[in-house]
Amino acid sequence: MIKITAKKIYIFLIFVFLYAPIATLMALSFNASRTRAKWGGFTLKWYVSLFENREIMQALWNTLFIALLSSLTAVIIGTVACIAIQKMGKRKRALMMGITNIPMLNADIVTGISLMLLFISFGIKFGMGTILLAHITFNIPYVILCVMPRMKQINPSTYEAALDLGASPAHAFFKVVFPDLFPGVLSGFLMAFTMSLDDFIITHFTKGAGVDTLSTKIYTEVKKGIKPEMYALSTIIFVTVLLLLLLINKAPKEKIK
Amino acid sequence: MKSRMKKIFLLSLFSISLLLSAGCGSSAEGKNGEVIVYNWGEYLDPETIRLFEDETGIKVIYDEFETNEVMFPKVEAGATEYDVICPSDYMIQKLLENDLLAELDFDNIPNAKANIGKQYWEQSTEFDPENKYSVPYCWGTVGILYNKTMVEEPVDSWSILWDEKYKDNILMQDSVRDAFMVGLKLNGYSMNSTDAGELETAKNALIQQKPLVQAYVVDQVRDKMIGNEAAIGVIYSGEAIYTQRENPDLEYVIPKEGTNVWIDSWVIAKNAPNKENGEKFIDFMCRPDIALMNFEYITYSTPNDAARELIEDDDIRNSSIAFPDLTQYQNLETFRYLGEEADQIYNELWKEIKSE
Amino acid sequence: MKNNRLMGKLFSSPYIVWAVIFILVPLGMVFYYGLTDKTGAFTLENVTAIMTAEHAKALWISLGLSLISTVICFFLAYPLAMILANMNVNQHSFIVLIFILPMWMNFLLRTLAWQTLLEKTGVINSILSFLHLPVLNIINTPYAIILGMVYNFLPFMVLPIYNSLVKIDANVVNAAKDLGANSIQTFFKITLPLSIPGIISGITMVFIPALTTFVISKLLGGSKILLIGNVIEEEFTQAGNWHLGSGLSIVLMIFIIINMAVSAIFDKDGEGSFL
Repeated sequence: MIKITAKKIYIFLIFVFLYAPIATLMALSFNASRTRAKWGGFTLKWYVSLFENREIMQALWNTLFIALLSSLTAVIIGTVACIAIQKMGKRKRALMMGITNIPMLNADIVTGISLMLLFISFGIKFGMGTILLAHITFNIPYVILCVMPRMKQINPSTYEAALDLGASPAHAFFKVVFPDLFPGVLSGFLMAFTMSLDDFIITHFTKGAGVDTLSTKIYTEVKKGIKPEMYALSTIIFVTVLLLLLLINKAPKEKIK
Repeated sequence: MKSRMKKIFLLSLFSISLLLSAGCGSSAEGKNGEVIVYNWGEYLDPETIRLFEDETGIKVIYDEFETNEVMFPKVEAGATEYDVICPSDYMIQKLLENDLLAELDFDNIPNAKANIGKQYWEQSTEFDPENKYSVPYCWGTVGILYNKTMVEEPVDSWSILWDEKYKDNILMQDSVRDAFMVGLKLNGYSMNSTDAGELETAKNALIQQKPLVQAYVVDQVRDKMIGNEAAIGVIYSGEAIYTQRENPDLEYVIPKEGTNVWIDSWVIAKNAPNKENGEKFIDFMCRPDIALMNFEYITYSTPNDAARELIEDDDIRNSSIAFPDLTQYQNLETFRYLGEEADQIYNELWKEIKSE
Repeated sequence: MKNNRLMGKLFSSPYIVWAVIFILVPLGMVFYYGLTDKTGAFTLENVTAIMTAEHAKALWISLGLSLISTVICFFLAYPLAMILANMNVNQHSFIVLIFILPMWMNFLLRTLAWQTLLEKTGVINSILSFLHLPVLNIINTPYAIILGMVYNFLPFMVLPIYNSLVKIDANVVNAAKDLGANSIQTFFKITLPLSIPGIISGITMVFIPALTTFVISKLLGGSKILLIGNVIEEEFTQAGNWHLGSGLSIVLMIFIIINMAVSAIFDKDGEGSFL
């Protein structure tokens, strides 16, 4: 009994540690005073002015657009790569996985500056395109790491059986292999999407004029004092995701195993 | 399990794409092209951009930098193309010496010569000898902002930043030239010094000061002083009015050892893709009503005499903080670009201070 | 068969091309810049610059702080991962709730929120002084940086350890108990050794970002403490000396390679156990 209570307290403390800043941000979104330093009473005005703030809204669309497009592209390239890597010989496979690990294990700052040097050296103008390329690059490894274990579990004979029964390779792939891969693909997509959403460092080094994501927008605002609208936006995003998760869990449970 | 996940997945995809298509509608290019502006953080009233877009049909792409030092490599690398930039005096000189600025066509900027005061054009000749490349936008001094409830003695010298009493209550500027300006002026040297001995003295002073410093900040000094987080901060004069409005306990002084008188001016980059739109933008910013809007929003001193006339509040129009009479101060200087070698020495010494 | 091989080539080529252009070539650029000077001549100066007092100190502090953070993360994460691994009900969504959900709040904002919490007149100190307790003065000190690192990277330690713990066959643990091992023995002889891949992966995921961060020291350290990440960032964004910045990055990469090599020894499948 004591043990269980101790465990609960421990989880609770970690929970407080992880969520204290988030609670603070939410509280700040209702703060009538413009500066972070003073509590000026309760207000909802930032939630109204948020939608009139063109820059923040633009940064939000940019962030979502980049996250969606880069993670979708990464899912396609990554899944196809998994199929190919699975077919490779042992040494080639090890080499490919080694290269795949580089953007994940390398420091973000090194990845960021290396891409920056690449773009500058080849005369590619910074903008939405360079951010997208950078995000796809660091997203692919997450997809591969999610899909690869699934790939290994797939029995190649089912695919061959489908071919023998007259299915075209594409048809056989989507009917037989893909459904088994799907959970891996999905978690790869979500992982990539989240990583892209949360990235600051790599975007910082590859962004162009006027193309801000929420991260880079916040970084420039940090210095002059964050606009309270930003807290309001974060609160909305957070609550939306939370509700979405609760909704998924509320839906009638199918038996797991 | 699987089918549910799939549904949710598709649903969220759908809703996100819906959101995106709604958002993209607002980012169409202006009918008369665009202009890319690179300015200091919060250095104009966003409303003026909207007015400019409505009046001219030119879309403004707006980007911000924190210090001159951050701005320069970006412009130099050329991977981001800018039209209009707003650097300070010495940085304009550096940009000029690196051949990164375009000569302005003042026929497109009639408001500049008409409204900007004569003394500011004169002051600009220090870095732009023939007034061909830059149009003054804001000017001011650097001084000490202190909290009257926390500091009892009269403040008139940089030396208060070395007072043990205020340990952990001092905010210093986190940019190399500004920090060294304080260190050099404290010892009575020129802030444009390249003398190894003088720089060494300044460096040692700054190292000695470091244990007393709460944080090295740039623009955050404003919020921290308003929030009573620190007693003394080094700050640009333009922030003084704003901070006093938010926290009446704050007071701004120009130290007796002298300080930096700076000008931030509009310039146009050599590789500007929309030079003419850039000139239209600068002209618009020089219009008295627009300059007034900006002054009221950012509270930095405007060199725009016509705009100053329009200020309704007498106290502000004649404020000694917003529009100080510089003749009553001694040892005022303006930063000069000291060449690449000196830049490197400054950076090296600054790194030594920061890593101490 | 031939068809199959062609398909393999066709499938692998997009990623191989991508990896070469966006992973290998950029790294090559870092090495090129790091090993040349402004005139383009070969030099080791930018790499050996790590030996100068200020760089060595920055690296030393970074190593120290990130090591401490990694250790703290480990000791916080392991018990947590064990508790979570033993909970059966709804565990997955619970873990998502705890660890993935905060990531949807921007990490800069979350770190900045710590500033609000820790400041002299911040939330924590207001509560403490209300309770007449001594106030906490850790903002702008190395302690605040460690806190920021632990806060930001803790999930990356918990998840891999958790994943390796749930993979342990319950029968192995039960067998050990049947053979008379007490729970402490079982832990040290069975559970801990079997979770080592997760631990190693967790250490990698925490240590490298902590070693190379420049944001946390800026936001929570008041720019008073110069980490190696700050030095590199400033060389690129302010001092404009890409050669020196790249040279120092090469030094960083040496640490990263050591880390990769260590994790490769424990992770023979080469698939990582992060997920």
